[in-house]
Amino acid sequence: MNDPSQNADQGELIAMRDVDKVFGNGTVAVRDMSLNINQGEFVSFLGPSGCGKSTALKMISGLLSVSRGSITVNGHPAGSGSDGNDIGYVFQEATLMPWANVYDNVYLPLKLHGVNKAEARTRVEEVLSMVGLANFARSYPRELSGGMRMRVSIARAMVTRPKLLLMDEPFAALDEMTRSKLNDEVLSLWESHGLTVIFVTHSVYESVYLSSRVVVMAARPGRVVHDIPLPDNYPRNVDYRMSSAFTETCKKVSSALEGTLHNVDLNH
Amino acid sequence: MSISIIESSPGADAITPANSPQIRRERREKQLRIILPITAILLAVGLWEFLVWYNEVPHYLIPAPSLIAKTLVTDWSSLMQSAAFTVKLTLMSLALAIVGGVALGMLFALSRPVEMSLFPFAVILQVTPVVAIAPLILIYVSNTFVALLICAWIVAFFPILSNTAIGLRSADHNLRDLFSLYQATPLQRLRYLLVPSALPYFMAALKIAGGLALIGAVVAEFVAGTAGQNTGLASRILESSFRNEIPRMFAALFLVSLLGIIIFLVTSWLSRAVLGHWHESEIKRER
Repeated sequence: MNDPSQNADQGELIAMRDVDKVFGNGTVAVRDMSLNINQGEFVSFLGPSGCGKSTALKMISGLLSVSRGSITVNGHPAGSGSDGNDIGYVFQEATLMPWANVYDNVYLPLKLHGVNKAEARTRVEEVLSMVGLANFARSYPRELSGGMRMRVSIARAMVTRPKLLLMDEPFAALDEMTRSKLNDEVLSLWESHGLTVIFVTHSVYESVYLSSRVVVMAARPGRVVHDIPLPDNYPRNVDYRMSSAFTETCKKVSSALEGTLHNVDLNH
Repeated sequence: MSISIIESSPGADAITPANSPQIRRERREKQLRIILPITAILLAVGLWEFLVWYNEVPHYLIPAPSLIAKTLVTDWSSLMQSAAFTVKLTLMSLALAIVGGVALGMLFALSRPVEMSLFPFAVILQVTPVVAIAPLILIYVSNTFVALLICAWIVAFFPILSNTAIGLRSADHNLRDLFSLYQATPLQRLRYLLVPSALPYFMAALKIAGGLALIGAVVAEFVAGTAGQNTGLASRILESSFRNEIPRMFAALFLVSLLGIIIFLVTSWLSRAVLGHWHESEIKRER
């Protein structure tokens, strides 16, 4: 049915079965979420705030436990079965250590895993040049712009050579130009590294531009309401952003999203 | 601002880093930061000298700065001995406060139950004025130096404890998540995340505790009185007041203040050296 992209090898990477997440205060953050994600897909979780998209991402990473149901990543229950090498995580803020320079920030995951220094050096320099920050290794986070900090954050996530990249509204705080530039960079990372990406966003345009599949979620309780496969027309670029096909897809996803907002209004 | 632009506009194409208005302003500010306080203090001392001389104030009421300086020279060896004692007392109590405060602070940060059980004791120690407990400690502890050390330690200990505990908890929650994601060991988490996060809090506490250790040392010695042969600056002050040697009293007082200033300068310098390259509190912003 959906043939997401040329670098998909169709093996199932993530399986969520009937997942609920109820927080201590009784808030139902996610209800009855079932989802399969194949290797090589670029999936966006799209929805209004409070729809549980970040919670879902945290559960997949193993940072949050499920209240009911199960999540497996690569055949193992989420949060186990790997030492974190397989997953890269990019937070909404760059989340860098202010006391460490760019090099040491990117080096951190390797240091925690005891990768030897020479090997680590090669890898850190590799990812830094990949995100175009080779000349900023000795800079401190406070000396960088928001976009550059986010690049460091992406480099840090990529330094362990993960199979799965989880991104939690990474570009929400950036200006439009930086954002679209970083969108292109994430796309090319995905295409060149055979990654699987889950990208949480509340921007319809961003999700349509990036993903091979958009999972639309609704709030209160957080749940999946639409699962929309998008045309496989990679590589996408500025031309696609200006094309009528893009606009059409945006309209379609928008109306799906608006349905969820309407729901919320009725409930309140 | 606009004035300096006009000034430099004839050679506008020749503005180099060395003579740009901004650098010049910065340099001038740097000089003023040293010159102004020194001038102000010299003026105040000069005014003091003049008023004492002009009004012929007897030296047993208010001694002139010159007489205090003279006393410093004549009583140099006895004053230095006392100063060494006070320095030793202050530094040892501060060191013990750091060791105890950091150790207990880490324990607090690791375990809520421990914190809930022990925190009241720390608060009791903190809120009870040291002057009020000192006589008791002097009764129970036979070695005067140890008794003084305990008093000074009590005063310096609390800020270190409370700031270390808060600092260790203040690590960014996303960074904590990141460490969980990469399955960092507790030791790695402590070393690479919690300790650096706590450092600014600890340095702030150190600045306070350094001053408090000196205050504790002086106050404790006041309570202990001049008993004992090996005594500190506080004993010199007491002794001089009994004998009505006011210039000597001022000389000892001057040394106590000097000690406090040195402690402040050293801890401030240390804080800048440790945090200067990253923490907001110590970063010099460009304007």
